Amino acid sequence: MMSELGIDPVSIDVGGVLQRSVATLYSHLVTRPTGRAVRLAIETQLAEVSGPALSLIDLSEVTVLDFSCADEVVAKLLLRFLGEDRPGDAYFVLRGLRNQHRDPITAVLERHSLLAVVQLEGAGFELIGARTEMEESTWEILEEAGHVSADCMVEMFPGEAERLALAQLVARRVVIQHADPDGYYALSSLARDLPTPPSDAKE
Amino acid sequence: MKVVALPTSLDFKTYEQVFEEVAATPDGNVLFDGRHLRFVDPNGMVNLLAAGSLARSRKGEPARLEFPEQSEVAGYMARMGFFRAAENVFEVVGHPPRRSEGPSDVLLEITPITENSDVHEVVDRVQKRAGAILTRRLNYPPTAVVQFSVILSEVCQNILEHAEAPGWVAAQSYNWTQRLGRQVVVISVADMGRGFQGSLSDEHSARFGDRWGDATALEAAFIHGLTRFPDSGRGQGIQQIRKQVRRWGGLISIRSGTARIADVPEWEDVPPLTEGLAAFPGSQINIIIPEHSTSDE
Repeated sequence: MMSELGIDPVSIDVGGVLQRSVATLYSHLVTRPTGRAVRLAIETQLAEVSGPALSLIDLSEVTVLDFSCADEVVAKLLLRFLGEDRPGDAYFVLRGLRNQHRDPITAVLERHSLLAVVQLEGAGFELIGARTEMEESTWEILEEAGHVSADCMVEMFPGEAERLALAQLVARRVVIQHADPDGYYALSSLARDLPTPPSDAKE
Repeated sequence: MKVVALPTSLDFKTYEQVFEEVAATPDGNVLFDGRHLRFVDPNGMVNLLAAGSLARSRKGEPARLEFPEQSEVAGYMARMGFFRAAENVFEVVGHPPRRSEGPSDVLLEITPITENSDVHEVVDRVQKRAGAILTRRLNYPPTAVVQFSVILSEVCQNILEHAEAPGWVAAQSYNWTQRLGRQVVVISVADMGRGFQGSLSDEHSARFGDRWGDATALEAAFIHGLTRFPDSGRGQGIQQIRKQVRRWGGLISIRSGTARIADVPEWEDVPPLTEGLAAFPGSQINIIIPEHSTSDE
């Protein structure tokens, strides 16, 4: 489906980026300078993609993620690609999340009023961050359907409030609105097409 | 020369006496008499280093320290890395015991924090050692080790980002059967930097007017998450530490300048805000996490 939409997949193994860009001896995502270096390395990787991209940010090799690093790596990365002046047309799914990552990531997303689609290790996709109940329920409908064409919009989202919420989710870049083929796409439906990294040998 | 007799038990409750006496000695000509020390925890050791550093900076040479007569206490301080950390702070009278090279039961020895890589080392060490202590002794689930490391990472970064001066961190577990009926982990962090008021003054003092001072600065950072950085992502470290410590039924206090602020659990009786303490440079953070009990859930 990704190629049909002209979207390039970009898999980013954050544990690998940490070791390559900061120091091979560091195995934890802690401190702001470390987070900044990792984010810049991710941005460099994304700059190589010319068109729209779905970036799968894989945290499965990261054990400790502190709040400062979550702010630098996750929140600032999402913020950078949210505004009109974004350096590229990248969407993000955070993959390989473990329970211990959830608090820091949720805290920084809420602090910046951001939203993100995440996949907990061994579980399904979730929306986390600052959101309204209507955004949540609208996202869940689309998440279940995977894709809603423009023709089916009113049937799937009969209320004005739901359609407004859907527009908000597009603006907040957790849903893709595409012209041809038309409709709305859940990021998870695109991410599912991509291989999942092995989940063995993790804490 | 002023002789500062260290209390027999040097911990969160008693280090203030040492600060008071050192702060009241402008020439820094102090002899720290530790001969009668019977118990010392990370707060006692780390803040003794802070007191010695103040005396040293005033006098221009290391303050003298007589180490404990009880060999177990001196041996424990050696295992905690106190004498190694004290090398540039104190002139230790006599020959302190050497740290044994064998396996250690110490959760985190006194570790100087001067740069980013020190925080990584602290987290690495704690990840390796904290598992057994937190799960077997304190009954926490294995995932608590990561949360514990995050707390340490954030408190250490507080030194680097706000104090702009070196500091120390240490952690150890204790059996508080008599005091609390439970085991605890004590984390202590101290620095000799500019303190919370100094860190926040340029950005925030104007809006507080005459009320601005150590207590107001602590409230601003501790309760409202203010920092000197304009970036809205800053200031959450302390907030998130407080949240986690509260979930664990623990105590967190920060002393800076002449004030101390605390989140106080029901098992402790320190006041939430104390003013009028002896003026002391830097900041001192104390975290006490009790053994996990099903009633905490």
